[in-house]
Amino acid sequence: MSSPAQYLVAAAAALVWAFAVYADPLPEHLRDTGLYDPRTLSFSPQYPLWSDGAHKRRWINLPPGTAIDASRPDAWQFPTGTRLWKEFSLGGPVETRFIERLGDGTWRYAAYVWNEAGTDATLAPPEGIAVLPAHDGYSIPSESDCRACHESAAVPVLGFSALQLSSDRDPLAPHADRHTDIDLDRLVERGLIENLAPGSTRPRVEASSPIERAALGYLHGNCSHCHNETESRVPVDLTLAQSVVDAGSSDRVLRALLRARFLARVSSRNPQQQMPPLGTRHIDVEALALLERWISQKSSTAEESQP
Amino acid sequence: MNRSKQTCVWPVTGMLLLSAVTLATEPAHAADGDAARIARGKYLVTTSACNDCHTPWHVGPAGPEPDMSRMLSGHPESLVIQQPATMPAGPWTLAAAPTNTAWSGPWGVSFTANLTPDPETGLGKWTQATFMQAIRTGRHMGRGRQILPPMPFAMYRNFTDEDLGAIFVYLRSIPAINNRVPEPLPPGATAAAAEK
Repeated sequence: MSSPAQYLVAAAAALVWAFAVYADPLPEHLRDTGLYDPRTLSFSPQYPLWSDGAHKRRWINLPPGTAIDASRPDAWQFPTGTRLWKEFSLGGPVETRFIERLGDGTWRYAAYVWNEAGTDATLAPPEGIAVLPAHDGYSIPSESDCRACHESAAVPVLGFSALQLSSDRDPLAPHADRHTDIDLDRLVERGLIENLAPGSTRPRVEASSPIERAALGYLHGNCSHCHNETESRVPVDLTLAQSVVDAGSSDRVLRALLRARFLARVSSRNPQQQMPPLGTRHIDVEALALLERWISQKSSTAEESQP
Repeated sequence: MNRSKQTCVWPVTGMLLLSAVTLATEPAHAADGDAARIARGKYLVTTSACNDCHTPWHVGPAGPEPDMSRMLSGHPESLVIQQPATMPAGPWTLAAAPTNTAWSGPWGVSFTANLTPDPETGLGKWTQATFMQAIRTGRHMGRGRQILPPMPFAMYRNFTDEDLGAIFVYLRSIPAINNRVPEPLPPGATAAAAEK
């Protein structure tokens, strides 16, 4: 027989579950999402995603008293209530994307669109906005588009990982921003991360040259959320995710890329062939030059090593 | 004392027997469940017109019909199409290849996918989650480019999770056919240009 105390515990657990699963609706205004909380910290991944040249700023907010669990070095676990934002600017702010971890472990995704004066941003519909008239064809992604990229990776948080926040930044990384509030060293100092292996705040891509390091890093930042080894990856034999504990073979990566005609894809913006398939209408010329240089370098090395 | 031991032993023996019976019958139940899901999937595939486009058509003794020896293997790689169709004068928008597996329209040319479990050219490496994501989002592999007309994913996305799962299980049960379907052609482009 259950005691009244057991009933109370069960009722409390049910309440916690109900609050966790049925979170508050998304705020109508960006200012109510917690972005301007004094504990919100800016960060900058060393290998940022190409977004047609838009200037981007990013922030994270962890609930008070919580920390990120780095037990799995390539798949950090974020506490319930973690929130992240990314602002896209084309001269002035256009949109700010928002993701939040809910009590049941899932993540929710939203986009806020700025008014022309840059004074207020309001919640976009879940189906997105195909064209923003004031910004020459700029589109706001649908919620399912958000999930398409974020939920095929090991963790739905992209760009906030050991490699991306390494305190040993890659000087050749295309489009990299300057340091902001936090990198791995700062996370450790602030006690915002736990179970990080001692002495592992400076991971870097294993590579045979600086060009290769930057090329593999770019592929990690722009392609690895789909092309990885998790169960939710796309069913293609191509792994572009860089592990901070288990370096792969760059020769194998290049062979797989060439089989997939990747240079044709990254230099195309035909929507049926382009890579990445979402979020870009303009070729990343700087990165394309880097990738071509890397391939050329690899090819000459291979020729020189032949008897 | 002995009697007490006996009363303890019998329930334990009963539980072990029950467990043994359960373990012995579980695979049978699982097999029954799989068979039922495959049957449900087959029913849905054959009533939802999947063979109309994903199985190449040929002219049989009674006229045009799906060539079931190539069931659900998509557009045959041997039928090379270089460019979109030129439409005749009049209110025409679409053209289809004789196999009913290639479609030309304002989007260019689309080719129906190989749905057999071939690991290199079909769905062999897909997971059920990938399949469901593709139908729900209308994106190739659930993550990539838009799936093109005439694939009616906007209707099929209304299938329940159970039905989409049954369809996937059925598709995994059919014979694998190695057939590499070409990539779509953009409007006005040639296959050679698309390959560049």
